[in-house]
Amino acid sequence: MLDAPVIEVVDGAVAIAGRPILRGIDLSVRRGEFVALMGANGSGKSTLVRAITGLRPLVAGQISLFGTPLSDFRDWHKVGFVPQRAGAGGGVPASVWEVVASGRLTRRRLLRPLGKADRAAIAEALDVVGLADKTSEGVSTLSGGQQQRVLIARALAGEPELFFLDEPTAGVDLPNQQALADALRVLSERGATIVLVAHELGPMAPLIDRAVVMRDGRAVYDGAPLADHEVHDPHFGEAHTHHHPRPAHHDHAPHVAAPLDLRGTEEGDRR
Amino acid sequence: MSEFLDLFSLPFMQRALIAALFAGLAAPAVGTYLVQRRMALMGDGIGHVAVTGVAIGLLTGLSPTWAAVVVAILGAIAIELIRERGHANGDVALALLFYGGLAGGVLITGIAGQGAATLQSYLFGSILTISVSDVLFTMALAAVVLVVAIGLMPQLFAVAQDQEFAQVAGLRVRTYNLLVAVLAAVTVTVAMRTVGLLLVSALLVVPVATAQQVSRSFRTTLFAAMALGVAASIGGLALAAYLSFDAAVAPGPTIVLLSLAGFVVTLPLGAWLRRRHRLREPFPEVGNGEHLEVPEKHDHVHGSDCGHPAVPHGDHVDYVHDGHRHAAHGSHYDEH
Repeated sequence: MLDAPVIEVVDGAVAIAGRPILRGIDLSVRRGEFVALMGANGSGKSTLVRAITGLRPLVAGQISLFGTPLSDFRDWHKVGFVPQRAGAGGGVPASVWEVVASGRLTRRRLLRPLGKADRAAIAEALDVVGLADKTSEGVSTLSGGQQQRVLIARALAGEPELFFLDEPTAGVDLPNQQALADALRVLSERGATIVLVAHELGPMAPLIDRAVVMRDGRAVYDGAPLADHEVHDPHFGEAHTHHHPRPAHHDHAPHVAAPLDLRGTEEGDRR
Repeated sequence: MSEFLDLFSLPFMQRALIAALFAGLAAPAVGTYLVQRRMALMGDGIGHVAVTGVAIGLLTGLSPTWAAVVVAILGAIAIELIRERGHANGDVALALLFYGGLAGGVLITGIAGQGAATLQSYLFGSILTISVSDVLFTMALAAVVLVVAIGLMPQLFAVAQDQEFAQVAGLRVRTYNLLVAVLAAVTVTVAMRTVGLLLVSALLVVPVATAQQVSRSFRTTLFAAMALGVAASIGGLALAAYLSFDAAVAPGPTIVLLSLAGFVVTLPLGAWLRRRHRLREPFPEVGNGEHLEVPEKHDHVHGSDCGHPAVPHGDHVDYVHDGHRHAAHGSHYDEH
């Protein structure tokens, strides 16, 4: 099974509360690839990652991880998940070390204390994201970018082969984005497979092998990396299309709009 | 004073001390997980539901304590399932259980032909009338709660901290959530005899709130809360005994008020610690090398003992005073 794709989605569909969100998704990611999943807000890119990680059930189609159908998949220590920020703070203070150590649970058995290998992996993960000097700080006292790096270190601590990162750069300043990109470069060079959900790539752009663009719940582009502005172009940056009007964007939730609302077709929206 | 010390040689006082010790240990351990998942009032909800359990015990002639355990566990599972649904407005659902449990309890107690006095010993605690079998019951349940709450700390912490991450990490999130709910229910019934069902949530939550004023990690919070819980329950019991020579001082409310007093005392300490930590946070390095030279004369040389906060900034230290950030540069100071 070594040659099986790390991720394989065949004709996947996801519905939330009865409304179809993702339709007809086919995606295959090979070992070691760095894939950027791009698209506007509401295009379904986060939903796709949530489906692949088993957080959202499919209503049709199939997903396999490492050649095993998702329903039979048990090797969760091979998967590292970095959710959209928010989960970094609870009602009780938690130190950076504690949060990162919780990522090691994928490889620990019940009621066993941390072993030497566990501690080494946690220290290594903190080192890769550049937070080795902040281990005893409370997570909630860190800046947004640093919290995001804590979440990446948490995923790293389990020493996974496949990473999912959901908008790690949202609301993060440029120096912190650079620090994130450096950490991801290290991972990628070690041979990890990375799926990055991003609205804009910023400093991550040079790392990407392949871009998949989602629009309105479908994958509309799958190929060579795109520049940030090309993603939102209906024809992905072909020169002759620049004067065509852009189609209206919409979210999946029904609009509550007045009859005269010309959403998305005003002059100002054209380029 | 010797009268007071003699109290501790009385069997009922010794039983009360043992019960207070175990309740004081177990309640904050579980309370830490409840506070972490921002469900500080869950203990209260379970307490109200347990009133119905006590009443059913009185009506059927079974042990009110065991009936309370069973009904509290059912109530806690119901609360957890409502919370899990999420969009079903958890706090309203909790409120419905609160009032349903309390009203049902009072109604059934009346049907059972028991007066308000019987119910009151469960509502506000009656630690001084606790029997030997109740002490053993308290010890056994508290020990189970402690073993689970501390032994499974990594798993329970991860699930409460970030449920989705825990699920992708392969943990059985639902099982752990229900486990915490059951632990909370058992703890409520353990502490029922000590402080009573209406005050039990205080013993779960207040020591945690006090501990996190000064702690920066989950582990420290949990163990500090347990220490504070024991101090409050043993101290409150002794204080109530000491004061009861002059007036009728009930142990339950004394324990809760002593615990709250601990919170009030640590509040300014926590505020001061957080402020100090914020002031000492290093300034970010923003690579423009140009700085204004400060013409102002200083009547002293800034240093580790000058009293002005010294904040790391890149490869040097800025001294903060009067709204300035001054860094030594040769024989003068620069504004950074």
